[in-house]
Amino acid sequence: MPDVTDLRLPFYPTDHGSHPEPGFEGYGSTRLRTPHRPLRVLPQGLTEITGPVFGHDRVAEADADLTRQHAGAPLGERMILHGRILDGTGRPVPDTLVELWQANASGRYRHDGDQHDAPLDPNFDGGGRCVTDSEGNYKFITIKPGAYPWRNHSNAWRPAHIHFSLFGRAFTQRLVTQMYFPGDPLFGQDPIFNSVRDEAARQRMICDFDLDSTVPEWALGYRFDIVLRGPRASVFEDEEH
Amino acid sequence: MGTPQPTTPSQTVGPFFALPGALPWSDGPLVVPEGTPGAIRISGRVFDGAGEPVPDALIETWQADPDGRFAHPDDPRGQSSAPATGHNGSAANGSPANGSAPTGSAAGRDADASTGGLGAAGWALGHGLGFRGLGRCPTDPRGRYSILTLKPGPVPAPGGGTQAPHLDVTVLARGMLQRLVTRIYFPDEAAANDADPVLSSIEEPEVRAGLVAVAEDGGLRFDIHLQGADETAFFDL
Ligand SMILES: [Fe+3]
Repeated sequence: MPDVTDLRLPFYPTDHGSHPEPGFEGYGSTRLRTPHRPLRVLPQGLTEITGPVFGHDRVAEADADLTRQHAGAPLGERMILHGRILDGTGRPVPDTLVELWQANASGRYRHDGDQHDAPLDPNFDGGGRCVTDSEGNYKFITIKPGAYPWRNHSNAWRPAHIHFSLFGRAFTQRLVTQMYFPGDPLFGQDPIFNSVRDEAARQRMICDFDLDSTVPEWALGYRFDIVLRGPRASVFEDEEH
Repeated sequence: MGTPQPTTPSQTVGPFFALPGALPWSDGPLVVPEGTPGAIRISGRVFDGAGEPVPDALIETWQADPDGRFAHPDDPRGQSSAPATGHNGSAANGSPANGSAPTGSAAGRDADASTGGLGAAGWALGHGLGFRGLGRCPTDPRGRYSILTLKPGPVPAPGGGTQAPHLDVTVLARGMLQRLVTRIYFPDEAAANDADPVLSSIEEPEVRAGLVAVAEDGGLRFDIHLQGADETAFFDL
């Protein structure tokens, strides 16, 4: 067996500047849920540079079509949402699980905790999943979610968004994010969107309208690429010194 | 080879991830199937800075197999040769863990949704030997989570030496704009824990002790305190 310390393992640098301030003041729920002590160093070892490997055959194709989970079609603007999962080197991440969840076209989640006075849609649950292909591509069919109110501040509304969960290929790459739509007038008052302090980074959470994937007489196309961390090749020795 | 790119920002998982067909998988808490010889249950509660339970968190665990290996192309040692119990996808939509396992905030209206699990995908992970490496469990209204797993073996440490058996843990919740990362160590590994480079890097003995699960009721208890006097050690990863 090779000695693991002699081998080159990938290293996943942190891109702190792209991420939100954990205790961002404008977002009230952060107050009791943000650690006070500084985070501690965790050198990246085998546990951190590995992660679950997902099989293709095990996610049904129907799981990626949120408009066909019931007898009828959900209300709302049908959309084709597609893109690529890339790592920080620009390479695609194949065979990785992509999960999404969202409100219906009225801005209501199929969840007991959602008390927004807007109708549920009997034909829409709002959860989907797929596994990327060999080029890192994913594709969902869904409807555009509505904006919804919340109680963070007076007259607070979340911009329309779709939640995404990504595993990548390593524990270090785990990412949960939200995708927004171009030109949303609600951006200015949303502390979750604005918790990302870097303007260019905020733009990376906004999908693009995509005429090329728009299907005539049927559905609008949107493109959203997601970039996960690293890796860059390194050796354990480099981390230590 | 592409062009280096800045990463997509993290955002909170929010309060509504427990939709039918979304993040909670019916078999999520089962790193190994029910009835696996040697399986241990690790349970605990998540608390906020006011000491209140967090009923809408998602806990995920990732760990080596009992030989200390990972079924992953970047583990240079290759796969474990010792198969765990045989298992196939047939149990994927079975009931989670056991009667006391929390089903999370999807409980109630969505609890019987057949789309609540990952289908057979949950068992397609890893080397298909019945050990998945990955655990996922939403907290219930009392802030409880629970997973069923096998104790991992020791893992080589970066720079040489050995890390004590451990699980890496991701904590996601409303009010958290980025995930938090911590580790679970084992109470019956005192010597290995003492020699563990990550544990030893934590100076405060009580904080260090907070990363070691407590033997309780035939299983292990690992509570997570997001903030405050008992704050769990979280890592910048
Ligand atoms: Fe939301």
